[in-house]
Amino acid sequence: MENVLVADQLAYRYTDTYCIQDFSISFNKGEMVSIIGSNGSGKSTVLRLLTRLLKSEKGTVFLEGKMINQMKEKDIAQKMTMLPQVNNHKLDLTVRDLVTHGRNPYLKWFEEPNAHHSTYIDWALSVTDLTKMQHRPLQALSGGERQRAWIAMSIAQTPNILILDEPTSYLDISHQLEVMELLEDLNRSLGMTIIMVLHDLNQAARYSDRIIAMKNGRVVRQGKPRDVYDDEFFREVFAIRASVHLDGDKPICTPTGLVKENKKSEWSNQKCL
Amino acid sequence: MGEPKHIDTERDIQILNSEKDPRTKKRFRTLFIFLLLCGIAIVYGVMVGSVSIPLKEVWGALFSTADTVEKQIVWDLRLPRLLTGLLVGACLAVSGALLQGVMRNPLADPGIIGVSAGAGLVAVIMMIIFPEYIHLLPLGAFLGALIATFTIYFIAWDGGISPLRMILAGVAINSLLGAVMSTVMILYSDRVQAVLPWLVGGLAGRSWPHFQIIWPYALIGLLLSIFAIKHANIMLLGDEVARLVGNKVERSRFFLILLATFLAGAAVSVAGLIGFVGLVVPHFVRMIVGNDYRFLLPISALAGAFLVAFADTVARSWFDPIELPVGILLAAIGAPFFLYLLRGGIKGWKMS
Repeated sequence: MENVLVADQLAYRYTDTYCIQDFSISFNKGEMVSIIGSNGSGKSTVLRLLTRLLKSEKGTVFLEGKMINQMKEKDIAQKMTMLPQVNNHKLDLTVRDLVTHGRNPYLKWFEEPNAHHSTYIDWALSVTDLTKMQHRPLQALSGGERQRAWIAMSIAQTPNILILDEPTSYLDISHQLEVMELLEDLNRSLGMTIIMVLHDLNQAARYSDRIIAMKNGRVVRQGKPRDVYDDEFFREVFAIRASVHLDGDKPICTPTGLVKENKKSEWSNQKCL
Repeated sequence: MGEPKHIDTERDIQILNSEKDPRTKKRFRTLFIFLLLCGIAIVYGVMVGSVSIPLKEVWGALFSTADTVEKQIVWDLRLPRLLTGLLVGACLAVSGALLQGVMRNPLADPGIIGVSAGAGLVAVIMMIIFPEYIHLLPLGAFLGALIATFTIYFIAWDGGISPLRMILAGVAINSLLGAVMSTVMILYSDRVQAVLPWLVGGLAGRSWPHFQIIWPYALIGLLLSIFAIKHANIMLLGDEVARLVGNKVERSRFFLILLATFLAGAAVSVAGLIGFVGLVVPHFVRMIVGNDYRFLLPISALAGAFLVAFADTVARSWFDPIELPVGILLAAIGAPFFLYLLRGGIKGWKMS
């Protein structure tokens, strides 16, 4: 397996007891991965470190074998991009305008997109089923359509790696599935490596090749969904009890209650060096 | 891809069927209207004054070969002053539009980044303490503006520029420079008279020498702002998304601020501290055409040009026998108009 994205011993400190340290992880080419974990477990921080939005204090991120902090911004943006969690809903843009920005990594500072770039923009719009809506303002779209528009912008960058921070939050169930199936399609048909933070454990299980579970800034479990979802897993990661059954080879979990145990966060025991 | 299940209004149908951005037409119409208004401002500015020239004779006064009094008035006084006013307005408006985008703050204008305070302080010192170097005033004011802005920029720098920190640093430095300026004016209170018209901003007595100072700067600045359009639009997406599409946010921000300072500095160096144009004009234009800098920037330039040139004509001719500095008139119109926008239209401000 080819590792397209490798994080090697990253460290990032918020406060003296709240930090990520010695964090290493790698992603294979063409993989679809979900990172799960409770609020404050460091998922979004890890995504930001991977995408150089946050600067790691130690360690290195290797993107397709190159050290990311020695690469040019535009070269990175051609290979990897992210859809951040909360996007500005008030942007006064049409869908096509937004998607056009996705071509920026291929343009010099003074260049405007030409016909060659338009083919990619048209492609991104059609993959996300937005061709008919391309001249509508973003504000006139539903939540699901808007999320597809942002995804369209990201894939107009033709990245090899697409990272998404909670792409389905705030969407109703059918729009959630729409987004997940779009991502699955991008993964299957184009071999795009997809890394996402998800909160819905069943969606994570259904659509991922690998689950990475985080707690207190560390990876506590990872593997195929059916291998990691078990009683111990839910107790350890989320402090819940859950019953798990299989639908085909995909596990489905139903939470049945909280685990009453010492819930004091382990953050407080941690020492950040 | 089936047809949408229900379509509510005709507008929806229009939007669905449109082959282009539905706002395109309106944007081009606005562009055209302001272009027309600039033309009208020029013709009107040539016509009125202590010697009024009827519309029929404007062409003759401009281009006849005979050396008439009218021709002298137009060529020596009115035309250069109008052209200077047009450039001053365009520079200020573009500067304000860029700053509002870069700072992502609706109150950003050339004043907030120190242009006015820096230029003002240098101008006051030169006019009051070193009047023998008065011919260097435009250069001094321009440098003062640049230095003040850089000071604010570097004070606000902390591994990167946060727009909010820059605005706060701007407020602090502005008041500091203001205090120094007041001190100078109190110490030399007998000479303050000479400075006041410059401080409120005006175009009285501006002629070809001033036009020759501003046009190269204005030309360079306005041409460069064409290249700023793409960067300003990407910055609207927010710092994170801008970086994710490969934009070097800090570098873009630095150059946009530099460009805005350059433009505003050029304007104040010939016209003094004209306020409100950089603040109000971009807001007004934004309400009509939206945030897209491909339209916002050129239309703001035209609207600012029209406003300053026309207001200056009004200021020098409607209040006969006194000639108001245009800065006073602009502030007098600008403040209430801004409040009106605030009450009625600030929801048209579409940046969070």
